Amino acid sequence: MDFINQVINGLSTGSMYALVAIGYTMVYGIGKMINFAHGEIIMVSAYVALICMSTYHLPVVVSVLISIAVTALLGVVTEKVAYKPLRGKGSLEVLITAIGVSYLLQNIFLLAFTSSGRTFPQIMPSGSIKAGGLSISYITIITLVISFICTGILLFFINKTKLGKAMLAVSEDQGAASLMGINVNNTISLAFAIGSGLGAVAGTIYGCKFSLINPYIGQMLGIKAFIAAVLGGIGSIPGAMVGGLMIGVAESLTIAYISSDFSDAVVFGILILILIIKPAGLFGKNVREKV
Amino acid sequence: MKKKLVRKLVMQLVAFVVIFIVLTLLMNTGVINTFWAGILLLCGINVTLAVSLNLATGYLGQLTLGHAGFMAVGAYVSALCSIYLNLPFALTLILGALSAGLVGLLIGIPILRLKGDYLCIITLAFNEIIRVIIVNLKITNGAKGLIGTPNDTTFAWVFWLMALTIFVVYSIVNSRHGRAIIAIREDDTASELSGINNVYYKILAFAISALFAGLAGGLYSHYIGVLVPKYFDYNKSVEILVMVVLGGMGNLPGSIIAALVLTILPSLLMSFSQYRMLVYAIVLIAAMLLKHSDAGIALRAKLPKFHRKNKEVTE
Repeated sequence: MDFINQVINGLSTGSMYALVAIGYTMVYGIGKMINFAHGEIIMVSAYVALICMSTYHLPVVVSVLISIAVTALLGVVTEKVAYKPLRGKGSLEVLITAIGVSYLLQNIFLLAFTSSGRTFPQIMPSGSIKAGGLSISYITIITLVISFICTGILLFFINKTKLGKAMLAVSEDQGAASLMGINVNNTISLAFAIGSGLGAVAGTIYGCKFSLINPYIGQMLGIKAFIAAVLGGIGSIPGAMVGGLMIGVAESLTIAYISSDFSDAVVFGILILILIIKPAGLFGKNVREKV
Repeated sequence: MKKKLVRKLVMQLVAFVVIFIVLTLLMNTGVINTFWAGILLLCGINVTLAVSLNLATGYLGQLTLGHAGFMAVGAYVSALCSIYLNLPFALTLILGALSAGLVGLLIGIPILRLKGDYLCIITLAFNEIIRVIIVNLKITNGAKGLIGTPNDTTFAWVFWLMALTIFVVYSIVNSRHGRAIIAIREDDTASELSGINNVYYKILAFAISALFAGLAGGLYSHYIGVLVPKYFDYNKSVEILVMVVLGGMGNLPGSIIAALVLTILPSLLMSFSQYRMLVYAIVLIAAMLLKHSDAGIALRAKLPKFHRKNKEVTE
C-alpha cells in the first residue's frame, strides 16, 4: 500500500513537471532552442502569484490569472529581446544567452526578495482522502486534475484550431510555413507565451505543494522538467506529459526507498541513460541529419 | 610554420619567466601584500580553468557545463592522497589531474556523440552526479567539508602549472591536431568527410580539458584548507564559462585576461560581490547579442586586433 501511495505522490509531482516540460517541448519544437530560462520564469510566476495574494489580497483565481498573464508576457519579451536577434546564428550562442537570461532573472529576484524563502499561502484544501491503506491528499488530486485539464486543452488547441495548426506547420518547416502566409514571428511568440503561461500554473502548484518559495526553486525544477521533456522525446507534447510523470514517480520512489540525497542523482542518471540509449526519447522521431 | 611556432613558444617562456621574477620580487619585498598574493594565486587557478575550458568550448565548440565537476575530482583525489597516503605534493597533483582526465575520458566516450544543447545538459548532469557522490561518500566527509589538506600550494606552483596549461593548450591549438579540432567546430560533417577522426579528436580535447581542470582542482584543494562540495556546483561551471565567453571563445589571451579581471574585480569591490552573478548574467547576454548585431560588428572593426589568425567571420 505504501508503494501505491508513493506512486500516486510521484504522479502528482510528475504532473507538475509535465506542465513545465510542455513549455520546454513547445519552445524546442517551434523555436529549435532550449529555453534554459524556463525554470526561472516559473520561479517568477510563483512570486507574482504570492505577491498578488499576500500583499494585495486578491482572490486566488485572479492572482493565478495575473500570474499567468505576467509570465506569458515575460516569456514573449525574453524571446523578442534575447533570442530573436540570434535566431539562425548557431545554437551555442542561443544557449549561452539562455543561460544568461536564467541567471539574470534569478539574481534580480535574489536582490529583490533575498535568498530566504517566503511562505506561500495555503490556497488548496488540506487533508486527505483515506480509502483502505491509501491516503491521498487533496493537493495531490487537484494537481493531477489541473495538469490533465491543461494538457487536454493544449492538445485540442494545437490539433484543432487554426493557430495551433500554424504552430505545427512552423515546427515542421519554418520557411515553408512562412511561404504559406503564416507569421512565423508571431507563432514563435505564441509558443513562448503558452509555454510560460502553463509554467505559471506549475509555479502556483509548486507553491502550494512545498509552501515555501525562494529565487532558487526554478533551477532544479527547470532542469528536471527538461529531463522529462527529453525522456518523452523533445518536441512531443504527450511525450512531455509521460516523461514528467515518469520522472516524478522515479523521484518519489527514490526518496521513499533509497535516500532523499540521491533523488537528483537518479533523475540525472535517467537523463544519461536515455541520451545514450535512445536520444530521440520515448515518443520522439528519429531525424536523420541531411548534409 | 613550425619554426614560427617554436619561436613564439620560446618568447612565451621568456615572458613567463620575466613576469614570474617580477611578481616574486614584488612579493618578497612586500610591495604585494599577503592579501594580494592570495588573489594572485586564485587568479592563476582561474586562468588554468578558463584556458582548459576554452579548449573544449572555444576551440572544439562543445558547450560543457561540467568543468567544476572535473575540478572537484582533481581537488578531492589530490587532497585525499595527501591526507591518507602522505604522498608528495607533486605526485598528488599528477594523480588528481590524471583521475580528472580519466573521468573526462570515460564520460566523454558515450556523451560526445551528442551535440549542442544535449551535451550541455548532460555535462551539467554529470557535474551534479559527481557532487552528489562526493556529498554522500564517507571518506570525503560529505557536505561538512574535508579538512586537513596541507597548504602546499605556493605561488610558484600555481604560476608554473598555469604556464604549463597555457603552453600545452597553445601548442595543441596551433598544431595539426588543433586544426582538426577547430575544423570540427566549424563543420563536423565537412571535417569527417576530410578524413578527420571526429570522435577521437572530440574525446582528446575533452579529456585534456578535464585533465587541466583536475590540475586546477588539486592546486585549489591544497590552498583552501577546507574543501566543501558545494563550491563545485553548477554556478562554478557557469563562472568558468563566463570567463571563456567574456574573453572570446577560441581566444587564449582573451581567456587569460577575462579570468584575471573576473577574479580581481570581485575581490577589489567587496560591495560588488552581491551583484557579481547579476553582472555575469549581463556579460553572457551582452557578449552573445553584440557578437552578431551590426553595432557589435562595427565596434569590433574599430578596436585594434590582438590576433591576426582568427579573422572576423561575416555571416
